[in-house]
Amino acid sequence: MQTDTHIPHDVNYLDYKGKNKGIFAWIFSTDHKRIALLYMYSMLTMFVVGVALGLAMKLELIAPGKTIMDPQTYNAIFTVHGVIMIFMIVIPGLPAVFGNFMLPIMIGAKDVAFPRINLLSWYFYVAGALLVIASVLFGNGTPDTGWTFYAPYSFKTGTNLLPAIFGAFILGFSSILTGLNFIVTIHRMRCPGMTWFKMPLFPWSLYGTAWIQLLATPVIGITLVLVALERIFGIGVFDPALGGDPILYQHLFWIYSHPAVYVMILPAMGAISEIIPTFSQKHIFGYRAIIVSTLAIAFVGYFVWGHHMFTSGMSGTAQYTFSILTFIVAIPSAIKVFNWISTMHKGSINPEAPFLWAVTFIFIFMIGGFSGLVLGALATNVHVHDTAFVVAHFHFIVFGGVGFAFFGAIHYWFPKMFGRMYDKVWAKVGWAFFTVGFLTLYSPMFYLGMIGMPRRYYDYLPEYHAANILSSLGSWVMTFGLLIIVINLFRSAKNGPIAEINPWHGKTLEWTVPSPPPVENFDEIPVYGEKDGPYEY
Amino acid sequence: MEHVTQHAADQHYDPEANKLGMWLFIFTELLLFGGLFIVYSIYRFLNPESFKMAGHELNLTIGAINTLILLVSSMTIAMSTSALQKKNKGLTVLLLEITIMLAMIFLINKYFEWGVKFDHGIWPGSEHMLNDLSHGEILFFGLYFVMTGLHALHIVVGMIIIIVALNRVQKGTVDENRPTLLENAGLYWHLVDLIWIFLFPLFYLIH
Repeated sequence: MQTDTHIPHDVNYLDYKGKNKGIFAWIFSTDHKRIALLYMYSMLTMFVVGVALGLAMKLELIAPGKTIMDPQTYNAIFTVHGVIMIFMIVIPGLPAVFGNFMLPIMIGAKDVAFPRINLLSWYFYVAGALLVIASVLFGNGTPDTGWTFYAPYSFKTGTNLLPAIFGAFILGFSSILTGLNFIVTIHRMRCPGMTWFKMPLFPWSLYGTAWIQLLATPVIGITLVLVALERIFGIGVFDPALGGDPILYQHLFWIYSHPAVYVMILPAMGAISEIIPTFSQKHIFGYRAIIVSTLAIAFVGYFVWGHHMFTSGMSGTAQYTFSILTFIVAIPSAIKVFNWISTMHKGSINPEAPFLWAVTFIFIFMIGGFSGLVLGALATNVHVHDTAFVVAHFHFIVFGGVGFAFFGAIHYWFPKMFGRMYDKVWAKVGWAFFTVGFLTLYSPMFYLGMIGMPRRYYDYLPEYHAANILSSLGSWVMTFGLLIIVINLFRSAKNGPIAEINPWHGKTLEWTVPSPPPVENFDEIPVYGEKDGPYEY
Repeated sequence: MEHVTQHAADQHYDPEANKLGMWLFIFTELLLFGGLFIVYSIYRFLNPESFKMAGHELNLTIGAINTLILLVSSMTIAMSTSALQKKNKGLTVLLLEITIMLAMIFLINKYFEWGVKFDHGIWPGSEHMLNDLSHGEILFFGLYFVMTGLHALHIVVGMIIIIVALNRVQKGTVDENRPTLLENAGLYWHLVDLIWIFLFPLFYLIH
């Protein structure tokens, strides 16, 4: 909110009283920090729904045959679980919450370039979420296509798919506007003296992410529009009965949805690149290598979509081209892992909760990454395609990667965002339960996939029983850990001890402003001198 | 750390940022239509004969007139930006009004063009199309309606943006010192024009 009245520097963004009262002081606020929290609370709401659906699926799979639900319900549940988790949690996750909150502060700006568009993008988020919920509650049954909306089933099924498709379309708009905002903010609003190669790595990762959001999302936008028009009018582009090609749908879908994986993981890597040097009290190893690998991942990530379709029917040339490109995209990821490990080498490590999350992120991300190579190789792909192996792989990357980075980031920036410190012991207990639960939940799926259990089935053969029990047990342990984490953070946000300005001794700009930050972040815009840098320990 | 007054974040008006934002938005629009152009090229490649036959059904004259209309409207909106720089508010307003009028004429032509198709029983899912036309022709007309329809939607959005800009020029909040909104409206309008420049040959001219 741009007003002519001077906003005093000593009022923090949580206590600030503007002209709107109560909840309107939040939902009409253009302050990037309040918008970040709006995103966080709406995401938490959807996340609770997503987790509940996931638990229901694991409960169904605890024994062969029908346990608690019929097959159609199972189809609906994995669809809604996927749509919520992908479009509403992991894609916007780190950019919308920590990007919105930290990006302007980390580059020394008072807000993003377009504060009102920023708020608009949250409205789009809420509208998209409501539409998806509407598809569950109203109409002839919950969507049952899977989150991928594959043609031709997506326009043949009688379920209530249109609201879900439009919901995903609008969520895409939200994502595009956030990306656009971040690119302009980074180009125009870095503080004096902060050259491109003095910018911290989290903003850098948001920059790479923003370009993907901007350039890939429109493609899924038009693809979803085509599916909707196919459903309503029967235009024929994906309908084999009218000469259309359903495989073309898969291409268009993955042209967006594979880069979207990097929309998820790049900011997660960015957050890890902030946490590791702070808790090692050491300059990040290979600062430029991390930046180059970020941009390389963003670029190469556009050209690997075909590896989702190795068994859909494509030429041998296309297959091995996509396979090679998939292997190439592993290289910059490996460079990052190497840099993080080297940063820790001979550092003075402070094993607080954020650091534990970051280290576990590296471990789990590597398992996810290596299993990705198994899927990227043509011969092994044919064996494990559409099995539980794939489910394990993308949960290690998407939930293990993004989730661990998100929890690391929230434990890292929490004292800055709320001005209070959480209970450090409970934070570690929560981390321990979550990590053990996570590994117990998803590791057996690698094995199940290898011995042939298909994904998306509500039933299975008796020989898969033991591993499925283990996996379902893991889901309870993980949820228990999740509860500890959320309760600890909620209680501490209200009653935790007052945090110092810089509890972790970080060197980036957000640790120079009071906690919680004042409304306009900086009283005086900071200036980077010749010798200043984000990681000068 | 010294105090700096002149900085992008301190100024409430950053024309460079606004223009950069508009360019980025235009990229997304290009990719939106890019997806459709890919679909079009693939189906044209697979069904060259039927696409050729279906193309003959379109009215080249109306298409050409509409192309001319959009080109002229691009010119008038560009002229309005120059008029604003020369502080000629009256001329700016007049040129913007002409632009909006041309956009209206474009839509009216489009309405009649689509109307003729409907009279001939050509619309997605029509009996005539399903019974008498080949797969390639069905795809051609399906894409024709989707792409020109989406483009018409952009014309409407463009008109709304121009009306907002016109309103601001009249109120004086957009003037020679703060012209970004009008310039951005112009950029967007050129994009809408540019997309048509591609649509016209793809549907009407390639035989």
